[in-house]
Amino acid sequence: MAKYNVNLKINNIPITVEEGTTVLEAARKLNFRIPTLCQHPDLCVAGNCRVCVVEQKGAKTLVASCAMPVSEGMEIFTNSEKVRTARKHIIELLLSEHNTECTSCYKNGKCELQSLANEYLVNEKDFIKLVYDKKYTIDDFSPSIIKDDSKCIRCQRCVRTCTSMQYVSALAVAYKGEHQKISTFFEKPMNSVVCTNCGQCVNRCPTGALVEKNYIDQVWDAINDPEVHVVCQTAPAVRVGLGEDLGLTPGNRVTGKMVAALKRLGFDSVLDTDFTADLTILEEGTELLTRLKKALVEKDETIALPMMTSCSPGWIKFIEHKFSNLLPNLSTCKSPQQMFGALAKTFYAQKKGWRADKVVSVSIMPCTAKKYEANRPEMRDSGFKDVDYVLTTRELAMMIRQAGINFDELPEEKYDSIMGTSSGAAVIFGATGGVMEAALRTAYEIVTGREVPFKNLDIIPVRGFDGIKETTIKLENCKPEWGFLEGAELKCAIAHGLANANKLMSAVANGTVSYHFIEIMACPGGCLGGGGQPIPTNEEIRRKRMEAIYEEDANMPIRKSHENPEILQLYEEFLGKPNSHKAHELLHTHYTKRKRY
Amino acid sequence: MEKNRISKVDLIFENDGTLVNTVLDKVKKMNPDDIIMEMIDSGLKGRGGAGFPTGLKWKFTKAENSYDKYVVCNADEGEPGTFKDREILDRVPEKVFTGMAVAGYAIGARKGYMYLRAEYNFLLKGLIKKVEEFNKLLKDKGFDFNIEIRSGAGAYICGEESALFESIEGKRGEPRNKPPYPTVAGLFNKPTSINNVETLVYATVIMKYGAEKFKEMGTKDSRGSKVFSISGDTPNAGIYELELGMTVAAFVDEFGDGDTKAVQVGGASGICVPRKKFNDMIIGYEGVPTGGSMMLFNSSRSMYNVLKDYLEFFAEESCGQCTPCRVGCQQLLRGIEAVKKGEKDPSYLETLKKLAQTMKISAKCGLGQSVANPFISIVDNFREEIIY
Amino acid sequence: MTDVNLIINEQIEKYGRERQALMPILQKIVADKNYITEDELALVAEALDLSAADVYGTATFYTFLDVVPRGKYVIRVCKTISCHMSGKDEIIKTLEKTLGIKLGETTPDRKFTLLQANCMGWCHKGPVMLINDEVYPELTPEKAIAIVQEYIAK
Ligand SMILES: Cc1cc2nc3c(=O)[nH]c(=O)nc-3n(C[C@H](O)[C@H](O)[C@H](O)COP(=O)(O)O)c2cc1C
Ligand code: SF4
Ligand code: SF4
Ligand code: SF4
Ligand code: SF4
Ligand code: FES
Ligand code: FES
Repeated sequence: MAKYNVNLKINNIPITVEEGTTVLEAARKLNFRIPTLCQHPDLCVAGNCRVCVVEQKGAKTLVASCAMPVSEGMEIFTNSEKVRTARKHIIELLLSEHNTECTSCYKNGKCELQSLANEYLVNEKDFIKLVYDKKYTIDDFSPSIIKDDSKCIRCQRCVRTCTSMQYVSALAVAYKGEHQKISTFFEKPMNSVVCTNCGQCVNRCPTGALVEKNYIDQVWDAINDPEVHVVCQTAPAVRVGLGEDLGLTPGNRVTGKMVAALKRLGFDSVLDTDFTADLTILEEGTELLTRLKKALVEKDETIALPMMTSCSPGWIKFIEHKFSNLLPNLSTCKSPQQMFGALAKTFYAQKKGWRADKVVSVSIMPCTAKKYEANRPEMRDSGFKDVDYVLTTRELAMMIRQAGINFDELPEEKYDSIMGTSSGAAVIFGATGGVMEAALRTAYEIVTGREVPFKNLDIIPVRGFDGIKETTIKLENCKPEWGFLEGAELKCAIAHGLANANKLMSAVANGTVSYHFIEIMACPGGCLGGGGQPIPTNEEIRRKRMEAIYEEDANMPIRKSHENPEILQLYEEFLGKPNSHKAHELLHTHYTKRKRY
Repeated sequence: MEKNRISKVDLIFENDGTLVNTVLDKVKKMNPDDIIMEMIDSGLKGRGGAGFPTGLKWKFTKAENSYDKYVVCNADEGEPGTFKDREILDRVPEKVFTGMAVAGYAIGARKGYMYLRAEYNFLLKGLIKKVEEFNKLLKDKGFDFNIEIRSGAGAYICGEESALFESIEGKRGEPRNKPPYPTVAGLFNKPTSINNVETLVYATVIMKYGAEKFKEMGTKDSRGSKVFSISGDTPNAGIYELELGMTVAAFVDEFGDGDTKAVQVGGASGICVPRKKFNDMIIGYEGVPTGGSMMLFNSSRSMYNVLKDYLEFFAEESCGQCTPCRVGCQQLLRGIEAVKKGEKDPSYLETLKKLAQTMKISAKCGLGQSVANPFISIVDNFREEIIY
Repeated sequence: MTDVNLIINEQIEKYGRERQALMPILQKIVADKNYITEDELALVAEALDLSAADVYGTATFYTFLDVVPRGKYVIRVCKTISCHMSGKDEIIKTLEKTLGIKLGETTPDRKFTLLQANCMGWCHKGPVMLINDEVYPELTPEKAIAIVQEYIAK
């Protein structure tokens, strides 16, 4: 149906917009900023905080501009006396229910409530402080997330995120009236419910009510401890997000500056998770080809296909809770972070002549689920905790600020070696479709001896933001040892965001689709939209980060994982060959069936 | 009618046993548009509190192009001081069902839901039996319509129409953003005409007697009669069907105990009329509207306690989703307590009144918006009682 | 007491395996045993393919869908204005004494829970209380004791 145009006036200025536009959107087009709290561009409209109220001529009440569609002849005032008074009242009310210890709050300076309070010069004395009478809980049992109800303004962004974006619904609104709160099932700790630790709620919480558990002080302590060697790894998506938290616009690639900053912070070795991303491709690619061979040639019916990627710990926890019968389909490969951790305290320590117990391994991730992952009991294959501390992109930015480093002025520096060299295929792990693309670049070449048949190796069909993407690659003129795949069509699917993953998994579980290989990333857009990335994250910003990732790939001298010389060296000196016994010991894992809630 | 006296009416509870059949047969022969015209002509406004013209509501719902449409009967009656719907459902449920069937026929709905508050569970068994009989009757008469009863579970806000839909859909009873209005996207997101129990009985009555007879009663803005739930300091507490348009003074003459100092018109969310305004206030849309609740207070009562009671009610029964209402109710309550205890200066009442004003214009639904009614009318008229 | 799975299946048959079956299921469980346990809520959530947190959030919204243990007979005394004026405080005091528990508590034998609730639509005949679904209007302390005695004897 064609949309028709609607004419209205905002602050006496006429504007014409498409029907269905909200008053808020129309006002933004005219550059009138209306404050918002519950509204978020990634989420459906809630209309519950009411700070966005505006005056509509002729209406008895103010209207919530985020929830009000435009209508013909409407006259709106965004800054009338009535509006200002109401807005101020509303902010004051929120603060009266709020534990306003801003100076010791993790969100100090980055809090939407705080900046509104500041903008409206609120008078906190007007209303009675309700916060002291309430028994608020602080849940810090999770290694990933802290939930502090005394800082919650009930905007329900987290609930909408967890429900519609992630289809987890670990969080819901409970009780009513003065007792209304955001709660898990029976108010259990986040740690013991279905929460995947993806951190998408954290990324959208306007206040300090949901934040990542930070390990900044522990990392400083390690750095300052002369007895230990602190090794750090940086995930692919961090380099395209970090700049945003340090004053740069979205879409800046800051790899070199980030490395320089990490060195200045005092890390003994600054290495790259991209290295183990390449390693993942070899391990996972081999696993896929082996599974295909067993299934197709040996007709082994116990082989689970489609095989699914396992590098997103949010996704892993999701499938463990929700589709535990599909666990055999998961690749047994650990995530690149954990492969790195296992190698850091074995291979790397040996290379450097360090005692493994004197190595502290720190990873910088766009992700809060990685914090949980590092704490899984099975992630100790080096004989120690493979990854000691996981910092998000945001925490790294905070450390850089604490250290007084002027980030923008830093020179570009290079990763240390070994475990610092990587390919373009590894960098794109940070975007949805990236693992698939990287895997195809390698697997196709292993099987056929030729490069994937895409211009510049860019496998365009797997890129972009469509929730579920599909592609089929035909394997022709295979090398003799892969002759059984001759003419086979490798069917692949990709989903990002757990709501899409859920859709795809339901289809797989019902048998309505058949694929060989599936890539899933828990976060929208993949890791570049991870829960640990700078706030705000939204569609526009994800797009910019994605562009930056593909630029980074295009500019890499090596574009294919199997051509990474350090990977070849690693196999030669340490692991033997992909999926070897040693590789299995260090780089592969198993999964656990978990409760539905 | 003369405004300074009351006149009792007997339309709602009247039942000669043939009424349902007469109305259904008559309606079956009518064109839906004519039914709606008749309803519009009668001037009947919703008896659930908001007072929207019933005929128009039906007209809007009929105008929507949708295979599925619903008629909903709002039997959540939770407004403190209101108990007339219970009595209607107890005594003349078939007249309610008939109203639903008429509405369904007029708007083109094939399904009706009655949402009954959990506090009235004791009526449920009997109603289910009667509704089954009624559904059968409808079928026999060739109506493509049937009624199902759903229960609430103790939440006042579920009387708000969109919250009620959410509740039937199995969710928390949180009011939705409007627009879209129920007539466009109501229950299960389909066009829905929702009416109060009493409204539907009047629809039946109007179908029986015609709009004229109804229209004759009442005033220009408040046509017809209405069932009142009368409680508090009165020797005659109970349920009365009265013609609309009387003054509060006339009402107090009849129902007061001789010492009435205030009447709360419209329940906790209504307006408190003090003695000095009894003569000026008409009970109806031109003065103080009411969903039927009339609470009388005599001079032995502390209006502070009354207000505090209301505010406790709202603080608990707010759905809690929007800021002005969730926090505002708590602030008003704590605020008057603090003034009473001397922790806050009496002038704090002005701050609170401004807050109530903000709630009135910025809350998401009628609950938060109407807390200002009792608050401002009681604080303004009984300031001394609040402070000392 | 009926097996919860039975209730779930019965209601799903009636209302479909859809979200709208949620309230009828929870209401039936409560009608049967006055409150819903954690395990039961999880079962209901699973049966309707809903999130358990969501089901918990929905149940806790409604005053009558208790998720904390309640006695066999749940007494709810109206606390709203008309009943307040007509003496609900006295009724509650009397009941507290008769049952030996405070408001909000359950007797050790799990027979009675004493609660307050908002207006029940009997304001002209206050004070009023509900015992499960049964209404008792026009209470006096003596009447309240007599009624509760009957239940004690049951
Ligand atoms: C907080 C709140 C509670 C309400 N409770 C009821 C109620 O219990 N019964 C009712 O009929 N209408 C109630 N209403 C009004 C309904 O939203 C709606 O307007 C009404 O059911 C429409 O029917 P009517 O036009 O026949 O009055 C309530 C409204 C609000 C805002
Ligand atoms: S959440 Fe925001 S307003 Fe609240 S204490 Fe933290 S910084 Fe301050
Ligand atoms: S971390 Fe992810 S899964 Fe957990 S509550 Fe937040 S959004 Fe939901
Ligand atoms: S936890 Fe954060 S996102 Fe969730 S409701 Fe509270 S303030 Fe909003
Ligand atoms: S006004 Fe009150 S009841 Fe209505 S939506 Fe807001 S919080 Fe809920
Ligand atoms: S931003 Fe519009 S109501 Fe919250
Ligand atoms: S006030 Fe108690 S029943 Fe209405």
